[in-house]
Amino acid sequence: MADLVSHPDEIKVVSNRFGKGATSIERYLELDGYKAVQKALQMKPDDIINEVKTSNLRGRGGAGFSTGMKWSFVPKESNKPKYVLVNGDESEPGTCKDRLILEHDPHSVIEGVVIAGLAVGAQTGYVYIRGEYRYLVDIMRKALADAYARGFLGKNIFGSGREFNVYWHTGAGAYEVGEESALMESLEGKRGIPRIRPPFPAVVGLWGGPTVINNVETLASVPHIILMGGQKFADLGTPKNGGTRLFCLSGHINKPGVYELPLGYPLKKMIYEVGGGIPNGKKLKAVVPGGSSTFVLTAEEAEQLNMDFDTFSKRGEFLGSGGVVILDEDTCMVKFALRIMKFYKHESCGWCIPCREGTDWLEKTLVRFHSGGGLKKDIDNIKYLAQNMLGRTFCPLGDAAAIPTISIVDKWRKEFEDHLEGKPCPFDPEGAVSQLPVLSH
Amino acid sequence: MVVSEKLDRFFDEKIKEYPTRRSFLVPMLLYTQDEIGYVTDEAIAYLAKKTDLTELEVRNVISYYSLLHTKPMGKYHVQVCTNISCMLRGGEEVFDHCRQKLGIGHKQKTADGVFSLEEVECIGACSWAPAIQVNYDFHENLTPEKLDKVLDDYRKKN
Repeated sequence: MADLVSHPDEIKVVSNRFGKGATSIERYLELDGYKAVQKALQMKPDDIINEVKTSNLRGRGGAGFSTGMKWSFVPKESNKPKYVLVNGDESEPGTCKDRLILEHDPHSVIEGVVIAGLAVGAQTGYVYIRGEYRYLVDIMRKALADAYARGFLGKNIFGSGREFNVYWHTGAGAYEVGEESALMESLEGKRGIPRIRPPFPAVVGLWGGPTVINNVETLASVPHIILMGGQKFADLGTPKNGGTRLFCLSGHINKPGVYELPLGYPLKKMIYEVGGGIPNGKKLKAVVPGGSSTFVLTAEEAEQLNMDFDTFSKRGEFLGSGGVVILDEDTCMVKFALRIMKFYKHESCGWCIPCREGTDWLEKTLVRFHSGGGLKKDIDNIKYLAQNMLGRTFCPLGDAAAIPTISIVDKWRKEFEDHLEGKPCPFDPEGAVSQLPVLSH
Repeated sequence: MVVSEKLDRFFDEKIKEYPTRRSFLVPMLLYTQDEIGYVTDEAIAYLAKKTDLTELEVRNVISYYSLLHTKPMGKYHVQVCTNISCMLRGGEEVFDHCRQKLGIGHKQKTADGVFSLEEVECIGACSWAPAIQVNYDFHENLTPEKLDKVLDDYRKKN
């Protein structure tokens, strides 16, 4: 069980039931549970979608796409069954928030699924939880059983005469399955190889039927939006960036933890006030704003930016998944780039050649570089390889590997130069010096 | 029967929740592994039959997922995260400590079969780093002393 933290600047919407025993259905009902879905049962599907559009809720998995808009793409008429699929395959390095929602408030996710289903005309939902989170699968299984026992799910939900089923599912270890088309492949019992788009899942998804895929936090926000009204939720954030989100502070920070803060919250305040600053009086060097797939920020950039989707997209960058990783001045950026690339190489499924080959060669080059065997021309070569992965793969894993790499080379080029000519890592002079020969050309 | 009757019945019930028989394959592989230790040849044959797939198709699926093993692992499988958030807070030192204490390396098993060790990617414990998972149990905010106690407790439990 992960520790909970708290800060006065937090606005607890999605996290308001954390630590209150809401895994018990009785307790969840006392805390306004299952009121939103009963309200939604009285609403027209378009009214539900409009309420969510008004809320300016944007996908909390990291893409930041308008949730209401996504739902509106599902065709009204369909020959095949429609589905709602919950993406609980949380695996983006730096991100550990869906874990808390599933641990403390599983019924809010179930409620979100049913509301999404009512909005798009689906009668079936699947909750996909990553395989490592077995204790959360067990919590979800109990929550679903309790909801069925009370008639909140099943053939006649809340006596409305309408049928809705929600089932649980689990992965078995694969980062790429967090990508929506790979997620569907995995749920269909296959390797998580991405699908080409179009067609998009909203039109052709699970087993060929129209499918809405939303992140756990996105769906857990929906019941609150239905109860408080879309406008009130929107007003918590900044224009077009509605509500609050769970930010996961980790790395070199005094008070790591998951904090619920409004969209648009200043990153500087998040680091120094909410997170209590950098340990041992050290200076800030870099920030990963939203999981390892995002552009890495310098300290100067981080201290000026507000945490909303549009602030980042205007810079051609991404706010990402809410995983905020703090790096102090003694962190080696070459080593950091290497660790990120090692991860993407491990997770690349090999389906698209630019990603399969790119991550492999980049890892090899960065290993050589960090151990002092790099060549000056490798610095540009690293960037060149990464740029040739961008936009050339079925799923965004290739982009995700390229983006941090490009930003680290661009912003910390000197650190690469400091590793040249067989020199030991300047941040770890006692560490392993290259066993590799220094090439002469 | 490769798995217990209880697990077999559970699989049959879950399969009904999907339009195709193979859909529940990935969870079935994981739950089978949990019960019998690893995904054996017999388990592959059993699940191929259950899902109307060939054994090769099942093997293809297995090789994609990092939690699935086709060789026996230790009774306690120690999975050390060294991804970025853990690395910044000593995840690599935790891995080295485990290597020394258990006397085994990445994806190896102790001679008595009690422990196996694996360096893994992000396990979703970033704000409570450094962290490990032993089987499915999380151990977070680790220090060398805390880690020693965790491993000693598992050894005693055996």
